[in-house]
Amino acid sequence: MQRYVIRRILTLIPTLLFASAIVFVTVRLIPGSVIDLMLSQNESGAAKVSRQSLEAALGFDRPVYVQYLQWIGGILFHGDLGTSLWQRTPVSEQILQRLPVTFELGLLAMAVALTLAIPIGVGSAMRQDTAVDYITRSFSILMLAIPGFWLGTLVIVFPSIWWGWSPEIKYTPFLEHPGRNLAQMIIPAVILGFGLSAITMRMTRTMMLEVLRQDYVRTAYAKGLARRTVIVRHALRNALIPVVTLIGLQAPVLIGGAVIMEQIFVIPGMGLLLLEAVNSRDYPVITGVFLVVGVAVVAINLLVDLSYGLLDPKVRHQ
Amino acid sequence: MPALLEVRGLTTRFRSSGGTVTAVDDVSFDVAQGETLAIVGESGSGKSVTALSILRLIPTPPGRIEAGQVLFEGQDLLTLDDAGIRAIRGSRIGMIFQEPMSSLNPALTIGLQVAEPIVEHRGATWRDALTRARGLLDRVRIPDAAQRLAAYPHQFSGGMRQRVMIAMAQACEPTLTIADEPTTALDVTVQAQILDLLKTRSEETGSALVLITHDLGVVARYASRVAVMYAGRIVEIAPARRLYRTPQHPYTRGLMQSVPRLDSDTAERLVPIEGQPPDLGRLPQGCAFAPRCRVVMPRCRTERPVLAQIADNHAAACFHHA
Repeated sequence: MQRYVIRRILTLIPTLLFASAIVFVTVRLIPGSVIDLMLSQNESGAAKVSRQSLEAALGFDRPVYVQYLQWIGGILFHGDLGTSLWQRTPVSEQILQRLPVTFELGLLAMAVALTLAIPIGVGSAMRQDTAVDYITRSFSILMLAIPGFWLGTLVIVFPSIWWGWSPEIKYTPFLEHPGRNLAQMIIPAVILGFGLSAITMRMTRTMMLEVLRQDYVRTAYAKGLARRTVIVRHALRNALIPVVTLIGLQAPVLIGGAVIMEQIFVIPGMGLLLLEAVNSRDYPVITGVFLVVGVAVVAINLLVDLSYGLLDPKVRHQ
Repeated sequence: MPALLEVRGLTTRFRSSGGTVTAVDDVSFDVAQGETLAIVGESGSGKSVTALSILRLIPTPPGRIEAGQVLFEGQDLLTLDDAGIRAIRGSRIGMIFQEPMSSLNPALTIGLQVAEPIVEHRGATWRDALTRARGLLDRVRIPDAAQRLAAYPHQFSGGMRQRVMIAMAQACEPTLTIADEPTTALDVTVQAQILDLLKTRSEETGSALVLITHDLGVVARYASRVAVMYAGRIVEIAPARRLYRTPQHPYTRGLMQSVPRLDSDTAERLVPIEGQPPDLGRLPQGCAFAPRCRVVMPRCRTERPVLAQIADNHAAACFHHA
């Protein structure tokens, strides 16, 4: 097991190096460089700075691969993600500030998705081809088809027209006032969770139907167990193994959705940070956020793989 | 002695896109306390569906028990409510299935699965039930039973899993054990071990045994009485010895002639039964065996013979004996 984890972590290194190089280069290809932006904002300023001196000051006069090596070297040897070009504060500091917010949003969305998806998926399988089944399946297709940003916009627009109510815009950290924080986070979390629950629900339903046909379910009934016990103890556990994989694969989708939700609901998480950074061409912040997100996705997938051991004893013993 | 199990006119049908198939057609038989009844027949003859129908384990839909009575200790299992049938399953009637590989839950420990019926029916605590499960695994001769309680099915061989199934089915000392082809999926070398074990355990717990098989060798060795099924019906039923000496139905005779015998002194040739097993969706109007029968008469093609007593304890469904 330990060797497996170590091997998995080692294989991550080339993946992350490759991904970081791509991000590092592509952000520099966005039309309108940070230098242009800084110069344009500085036009009316007192001290005119030349393009060359600005480039030299920010280190952009060196070839891109040298910049990359410096950047990656800083991460590897000093754990330094660089400094924001505008705020002149360490990128890692900014990210650490924002990370818990996105983490909370993602966790809430996941909780919403699972509490909806698993009971509904099981219920849908138990009542296969009945009205309940058709309704829940149609609903899940609907949830899958409706983009989160559209739903989010509706939630902002219509209540404000109808009732003069709109979600809180000023963000309250969880530790400051948990109730107010949750009230603010729950709407984007539900919208994100809906999208995620749709696919999870369908997977749960399919797997339950598959498992309910298995011989060991018949054995469980032959023992005189109640339907409830058969479902919960004998069927669900086996059905959830592939569902867990699916949830792991959804992690990037969830993070992508969080970026959009944070923008719509003005939640100061990683998504909003990334958006601000892209708008101001703050290269170190963009690459830093991508790197952290990349590590997070990979870590979630590793955790998912490890969690198989809990569900599937065959994996545990290999 | 009153019969422990009386099956009367059991009829089970399956609906499919191709129409309705009668898998079990008006089947009646008795099982006495402590006896071993074998139900023999080829694949699709309805023997497994008969076994599953007794405990109402037919997947519904597409299957449905449409008629008949299953009187167990005088009580009709087909009319019991949900809690009633659950109290019988695993407690008064134990069931062993064909596929030991897939009949045990891969995600649960052996101990939990064997202890489960004890907790369910005896109201024992898990701790006590696991202690009893250890004893049960000992008695089905699983070595290191104490350690094996925490093991999972994939760590066991097929034969070992079937031992676990036996321990599980007989955990609550049922008065009837139904074994649906318990050795078909196993290596020939372990088949005899498992059947011996099943027989011994049934004798120890005083359980009657319904042994479903297509293997006439198994029947000869373990069964006291035999019912032969063809196309969803019982075509002959007799004490095992008698059935072997004097099979009456042409299908039973065909079965006997198609099995090699070590005890015959003349070099008899094996005689196969001609033709194909019947398609249950398109059975002929008369006797289902008529298209393959060597002694078929015109009447056999238009009329269906019913199971009729031809001697003490011996009945056959054939116009040659009517």
